[in-house]
Amino acid sequence: MIETADLSLVDWSRAQFALTAIYHWLFVPLTLGLSFIVAMMETIYVKTGREEWKRMTRFWMTLFGINFAIGVATGIILEFEFGTNFSNYSWFVGDIFGAPLAIEGILAFFLESTFVAVMFFGWNKVSRKFHLASTWLVAIGANLSALWILVANAWMQNPVGIIFNPETARNEMINFWAVLFNPVAVDKFIHTIFSGFLLASVFVMGVSAWMLLKKREEWLAKRSILISAIFGLLSSLMVAFTGDTSARTLAKVQPVKFAAMEALYTGSKDAGLVAFGVLKKSDQMILTEKPANNFVMKIQIPGLLSLMTGGSTDVYVPGIRDLLTRGDERRGILPVVVMMERGRFARTVLNDYKRARLLNDREQADIIRNEYFSNKEFFDRYFRYFGYSFLNSPEDAVPNVPVTFYSFHLMVLLGFFFILVCALLLIMVFRDTLAKRKWFLWIAIISVPLVYIASEAGWVVAEMGRQPWIIQNLMPVSISVSKIGTGAVITTFILFAIIFTSLLAAEVSIMVKQIKTGPKH
Amino acid sequence: MLMKPSDNKRSNFAGKVFRFYYDGFKNMSWWGKRVWIIIIIKLFIIFAVLRIFFFHDFLKKNYDNDKQRSEYVLDQITNTSVADD
Repeated sequence: MIETADLSLVDWSRAQFALTAIYHWLFVPLTLGLSFIVAMMETIYVKTGREEWKRMTRFWMTLFGINFAIGVATGIILEFEFGTNFSNYSWFVGDIFGAPLAIEGILAFFLESTFVAVMFFGWNKVSRKFHLASTWLVAIGANLSALWILVANAWMQNPVGIIFNPETARNEMINFWAVLFNPVAVDKFIHTIFSGFLLASVFVMGVSAWMLLKKREEWLAKRSILISAIFGLLSSLMVAFTGDTSARTLAKVQPVKFAAMEALYTGSKDAGLVAFGVLKKSDQMILTEKPANNFVMKIQIPGLLSLMTGGSTDVYVPGIRDLLTRGDERRGILPVVVMMERGRFARTVLNDYKRARLLNDREQADIIRNEYFSNKEFFDRYFRYFGYSFLNSPEDAVPNVPVTFYSFHLMVLLGFFFILVCALLLIMVFRDTLAKRKWFLWIAIISVPLVYIASEAGWVVAEMGRQPWIIQNLMPVSISVSKIGTGAVITTFILFAIIFTSLLAAEVSIMVKQIKTGPKH
Repeated sequence: MLMKPSDNKRSNFAGKVFRFYYDGFKNMSWWGKRVWIIIIIKLFIIFAVLRIFFFHDFLKKNYDNDKQRSEYVLDQITNTSVADD
């Protein structure tokens, strides 16, 4: 285990952050996707001038407004937690997040706040075109806000464009564009916003299916399904496509996470992709044993994992064991044991620098600074593995494999299920047979909670899969936490659980009431 | 004092904006009023309760300046788990 002052403090801090982030993410993806669906509906209204489209737009806009309002500012608590519970991390990360989060704040304030008011108060007060432009700007603004948050998160998954200053113990950004166009950020942004579009589409399909079952607002429900099924189908295909490119990036920058997603312990050529599998209970323990079958059962597509990661079935895909001891020479990935040695060397250098400064030995401090901290090679070869110096054994670099594996496969399975649901709904709408197929309307309704589960599972893969790191390779979570009382963290954990559950209950009750009321005549 | 035409335009625009928001809030639907109540309660809890009583910035609260904060974090990242030292 990694040595820490108080493991329960680390666990409670993590649990609190996870709780806040999970609740926050219940509100965000619907905002991202529903804003675009509403904008598309309003565009049709402005083009056709038909009042039915205006009614439809206003109905979905109301649901968007409820979700937007209840969800607003729930993310700010995450920033509070950084400063209070993860102060070492907050300091160490320096101003890397300053620029992205400042841009996010300005965009959110000016684009969303200004134009949201026009969206809701501006009907019959501003011109149709200005109102439509406001709706589109809200959609674009909301998604651009997400971009900056995801850039910050992607930096934690793949820290680029920085240099460490040993004097301040902070990282400093030296290349903004490297941070913005970080391959993880690009993949993450596209994958996340399309998953938000899919979630909102499934939400619209589910609510509309309920209306059809109740024989209410059939015209509105059918057209809502038509628009959301097209948008949802395209989005779900994009989610699958970007999921594939994300996985390929992960195989390079977070190879242990990638192997954990497939519960792949021993690498091979012609590696198969597990379509469905059940892991043995003692899965995490297998790491220390000789290679053994760690699945109770699995359905595997032969060669597909090699094909997806390297473009050929001949490509060798390393497993967790290989990454710990041998690495992956082809992709320039060092074994974890070597990274631990290099990280320890970097920490020894930093310690020497600190001691020289404490003893007021300016000469020695300058020598260390010039020889190491002004030397790019030192950063590329040693300091980038600084976090490994805190690991006591290579196994510490392995995340919880069952959680990562099941979350990933649940997300993928549900992703393909939604492609099917969107496609079938579209066919049924075109054939005008949907109202007769009640069983399928029920599937559309049940899909609403399922799409939220898939969306949250995606974040569980991203965040649990990258453990033990808070910043990949640079800082483990256990080192990032503040030395505060565990009791204080437990208290705020319970407070958050109450607040967020109340907010969610309020949202659901207002939304259900509004759905039952239906659009205004 | 006489107002310049540009001042007049500006005050007209400000008046229109005020009127726009005033009418918007005045004629808000039931759900709009309900969510505004929730927003105000939520923001009060977040900023007036959680921020003030529970979420102090650990380093700002315990150290007076950035130099001290740097030294503290440097100690944390060099001295913690120094099995190798």
